[in-house]
Amino acid sequence: MTLFKSRKDLLYLAIFALVIFAMPLWLKPFGAGYPDLMQRFAIFGVFAIGFNILFGMTGYLSFGHAAFLGAGSYAAVWSFKLLSLNPVPALLFATLVGGVFAALVGVVSLRRSGIYFSILTLAFAQMSYSLAYSVLMPITHGDSGLQLASSDPRVLDRLFGADGTLPNLFGFSMHGMYGFYFCALILIGCFYFSMRLDRSPFGMALRALKSNQTRMSYTGFNTKPYARTAFIISGMYAGLAGGMLAVTDPLAGAERMQWTASGEVVLMTILGGAGTLLGPLIGAVIIKYFENIFSAFHPGRLYETFSFLPEGVQNFFVTIISPFVGEGWHLTLGIMFMLIVIFLPGGIMEGGKRIASALRNRRASGRHLQSRQFEPAE
Amino acid sequence: MSNMVLDVSDVDKSFGGLRALSNINLRIKEGTTHAIIGPNGAGKSTLLNVCIGQLAPDRGAVVFNGDVITGRQPHEINQMGVVRVFQTPAIFPDLTVIQNVMIPAFSRRDGAFKLNMLQSVDEQREIREEAEHWLEDVGLLSHKDQFVGSLSRGDKRRLELAMGLIQDPRLLLLDEPTAGMSRHDTNTTIELLKKIKMRGMTEVIIEHDMHVVFSVADRISVLAQGQIIAEGTPEEIRGNPKVQEAYLGGKQE
Repeated sequence: MTLFKSRKDLLYLAIFALVIFAMPLWLKPFGAGYPDLMQRFAIFGVFAIGFNILFGMTGYLSFGHAAFLGAGSYAAVWSFKLLSLNPVPALLFATLVGGVFAALVGVVSLRRSGIYFSILTLAFAQMSYSLAYSVLMPITHGDSGLQLASSDPRVLDRLFGADGTLPNLFGFSMHGMYGFYFCALILIGCFYFSMRLDRSPFGMALRALKSNQTRMSYTGFNTKPYARTAFIISGMYAGLAGGMLAVTDPLAGAERMQWTASGEVVLMTILGGAGTLLGPLIGAVIIKYFENIFSAFHPGRLYETFSFLPEGVQNFFVTIISPFVGEGWHLTLGIMFMLIVIFLPGGIMEGGKRIASALRNRRASGRHLQSRQFEPAE
Repeated sequence: MSNMVLDVSDVDKSFGGLRALSNINLRIKEGTTHAIIGPNGAGKSTLLNVCIGQLAPDRGAVVFNGDVITGRQPHEINQMGVVRVFQTPAIFPDLTVIQNVMIPAFSRRDGAFKLNMLQSVDEQREIREEAEHWLEDVGLLSHKDQFVGSLSRGDKRRLELAMGLIQDPRLLLLDEPTAGMSRHDTNTTIELLKKIKMRGMTEVIIEHDMHVVFSVADRISVLAQGQIIAEGTPEEIRGNPKVQEAYLGGKQE
């Protein structure tokens, strides 16, 4: 069995990997070339790519995916505490926990589809969020969050004599640039898997399921296990992403499970383009970029930016722009989201496709005109 | 005597106060084409819905090849070999023409569920060729990479037919396969149906177009107000005064 079924996909993946690894270079002019933010791009990229397998391909809109993200974070931190500060077992454990949790939630939620499914997943996520502050306190440590401590047993580390106080891959700290490259590698792997899935008969069945579920059952497909598998896979992606959050910053809190976090991944997917492979990642990058860069703009910095203008004009600009930045970055995001949904329902990917086809048409019609000129008159 | 493929016995179905089917008995012999005709609202589509598990009958049972299929899931009934071609095109609008035909082919091969997420659709040459073969038979091969949303209504009907045929059913249920088709396409479809019949496939066909019915049917049942009022060979039905009155009267000159 060959790893790549088509040369086009191989090229696609190679370019993808190159662009991801070169992030520190091309993100620098945008002020986003620092490891913390790039790690977030990769992590939420994984989260959104996995969410897209359920929402974009299968057509089930989950409003509770943050629960799996949070569960993954807790799992990873527990792995750091009990086993080792090595991120590999932590991520495996996080993925597994995400998958098992999704399998359990799926048993109930997938009995319904459409809005009822969405409400059920939302209910489960909010329940997990509340439980993290009450019944599950021994696991989650409630308000203070789950943190590392020097008294943790770390059985494997003790056994092999490894030391350190923060997550590290055989001595390489997961906090700075190494952490980014580690996350980038996982992102590329996750992207590759979602691409394979998309090209497979299984992926085609998922898309058909989204298209017309009733017809699928009259075509002989048992639709339940297909939907359930898609749900579990996207739960595993979410768990993995949650684990990655804990790897780069070993702290897990229940706020990661809140419904706003679940809504955020829906926004990412729709903004970038639900059902496309690359769209969700683009959406994740844009939203995380806005969150970090736009929210950092405060009035003082705005006055500085417009200091070259006369004072009256400067005040005018600052007054107009300031509601959209800093605390108000959600306003910018909201407006952008509305514009995209109204004018480009297929997200940014659809915009890209439209531009590409417009260019192609112009070139084609240009060639057409040229050839017409040389045709003899009839 | 040849085997009975389908045996519908004593089936009743009501919707609220409306009696859609009452005491239906129908037996379909292997290798025959059985037409069900009747005026609008006679219960023809309801009968098909009962056969594929879309509706549960209030009373009675449907037996397919000796197995009771009433109460089974639609996908199980399909896997047993009962395939329906829908009246209103029920296709997958987000997929291309050829993908629409490959889906039922995968269903037949992989059964009700298979985890094959590391295979590639492009590598399934056999299934692709089979899909192309059936698309050629219904005259849609030149449209194979189009998305089905852009097809005309008649083309969608032909796609439906290809989706049913690729499953190689043991019993094919056709719900007005030529509705919305041009005369030329209707004739092509009749030729196709005759060709399938030559292979020994058993078919139940609901049809309004008498030209189609008398071209392909071996036996005809006439349904009116939820009851079978006559059954017989095309000749018998043509000469039956009860049928003339209930259904054919207005149409025959």
